[in-house]
Amino acid sequence: MTQTLAIRDLGVRRAGTDILSGVSCALTTGQVVGVIGPNGAGKSTLLSAVAGQTGFSGTVSWGGSGSGARHKAGDIGYMPQSCKVSASLTVLETVLLGTHERLGWRVSQGDIARATGILGELSLSHLASRCMTTLSGGQQQLVLLAQRLVREPRLLVLDEATSALDMSHQISVLMLLKRYVVRHNALALMAIHDLNIAMQYADQLVLIHDGRLVQQDAPENVLSVENIRRCYGLDVDLVARAGGRPVIAPLAQAMA
Amino acid sequence: MSANTVAIDTRHIAGYRRMAVKRALALGGAFVVMLWLVILDLSIGPSGMPLSDVISAILAGPHDGDRAATTIIWYLRMPQSLMALVVGMCLGIAGLQMQTILDNPLASPFTLGFSAAAGFGAALSIMFGAALPLPEYLITPIAAFAMTIVACLIVYGMVHALGETPEILVLCGIGVLFLFQSLQSLLQYLASPEILQQIVFWLFGSLLKANWTSVAVTSLVTFACVPLILSDTWKLTVLRLGDANAASLGISVGRLRRRSFVLIALLTAAAVSFVGTIGFVGLVAPHVAKALVGEDHRFSIPLSAMVGAVILASASVFGKLISPGGVIPVGIITAVAGIPMLFLVIYARKRRSA
Repeated sequence: MTQTLAIRDLGVRRAGTDILSGVSCALTTGQVVGVIGPNGAGKSTLLSAVAGQTGFSGTVSWGGSGSGARHKAGDIGYMPQSCKVSASLTVLETVLLGTHERLGWRVSQGDIARATGILGELSLSHLASRCMTTLSGGQQQLVLLAQRLVREPRLLVLDEATSALDMSHQISVLMLLKRYVVRHNALALMAIHDLNIAMQYADQLVLIHDGRLVQQDAPENVLSVENIRRCYGLDVDLVARAGGRPVIAPLAQAMA
Repeated sequence: MSANTVAIDTRHIAGYRRMAVKRALALGGAFVVMLWLVILDLSIGPSGMPLSDVISAILAGPHDGDRAATTIIWYLRMPQSLMALVVGMCLGIAGLQMQTILDNPLASPFTLGFSAAAGFGAALSIMFGAALPLPEYLITPIAAFAMTIVACLIVYGMVHALGETPEILVLCGIGVLFLFQSLQSLLQYLASPEILQQIVFWLFGSLLKANWTSVAVTSLVTFACVPLILSDTWKLTVLRLGDANAASLGISVGRLRRRSFVLIALLTAAAVSFVGTIGFVGLVAPHVAKALVGEDHRFSIPLSAMVGAVILASASVFGKLISPGGVIPVGIITAVAGIPMLFLVIYARKRRSA
């Protein structure tokens, strides 16, 4: 049964300024939805409001229940921006903490198996006993993603899940998320900075500019030459590709 | 593929279990060292006593006639040794909690002004306590305890109004620290030379002030606080991942921080009210514990407690060795002995991460 994340007239006001206003969209499960927009557009605020971490006006409902109230844990896997871990915990311990509510004085065999399984899926098994502080930024990001996935949430809200990753890791995370949303009938809503990655791998895109929703549609419709010029101030060429979505090629220096 | 996954799983499960066993061994080792130090501490004193006499006196119990050994062990040395144990544990746990909730390796139980408040309370009672119909050995600890709780309430109120971030907590705490420090200085300035000497002596934490009442009260507070702290074990470990991360995993970070803060205040008040402020234990013990067993609070809380007890007991032993009369306050020795220990921990950490 598909479930819908319905956002109606969402607004966030901070210190007298509208960070977001009048954002409305509906997203169904089984897809990876990319949230794109230039720096400071309001992507992070939108994601944190959806995850129930920021106060907002309007309504956000997820499968019938309002997420306006603080019903954060359980069904939502929210990954905030820039969380660097400086604790001397191993990778496996960190992933286990994803299900901290379930852990007792003795950590059960099942919990460890579940955590190692996720590490395997993200090809992180070899790091299991390494200390978090010895990992690179990208590796830490992957471990924190694993920490969200181990909760098996139906709604994944990822702010910067791929920002520190190299291209091949970005792609493998997106492919993993695509498998995940289908298998668990879940919805992944994630901020993506690389427009080409967003174009090729997202099922749908939500474009935010100046705190407003510009368009919500399939990637090839959202990432039009006009939209990119209007929101990013960048002139691009869309290079058609046989059997795939076009590639975005920047033309000249923008923002001179 | 699935056979491969299973193989990986069992390997990691075994690895995790092995790590847990190693950490449990570290806890066991610390426990043995702690016990050994307490017995050593009991066997050293101005009168001198062979170990066999010490053990037989312990086994004979406190009511074994009027033998000199019984009196010395049960009424003179044991309260001090047990006080070292309990106070060390309090400071070890409180220090670890403080470092966790402030996300700051420099934090200690005294960071937020609790010790300054206790010192002010004690100074106040030493100066004006004679007016109250209570014996002095009771009124000073009560005043120190009460003033620590007052400091805790002030910081709590400010943080509640302004927000529960580590920065606000530290700023409010430092403010309270300076407030009580200057109030205490004012009292010292106004005090007569005799009173001033008493105040200064209280400020040097000393186990000589221990008696069975202090052991009982301090233990009672500790045993009341520890279960509450232990029930937050996993949440505190998650908090080590950072505020945003912990909040996204469903933890009410502000509430956890406020609750831990009150428990720290109670533990610190219990630790300093009777024996005065003993520095460094609360700063170093958590670092030693974390270096040995990592930051899984299931292990670091008990180990930090035991390392705190070990530091204080060895400071007590050391103090008695260099000055058999036991007149050098233990608070002075822990600070001096604590510095090399801290350097050692930092050095070991650096080497391991390099």
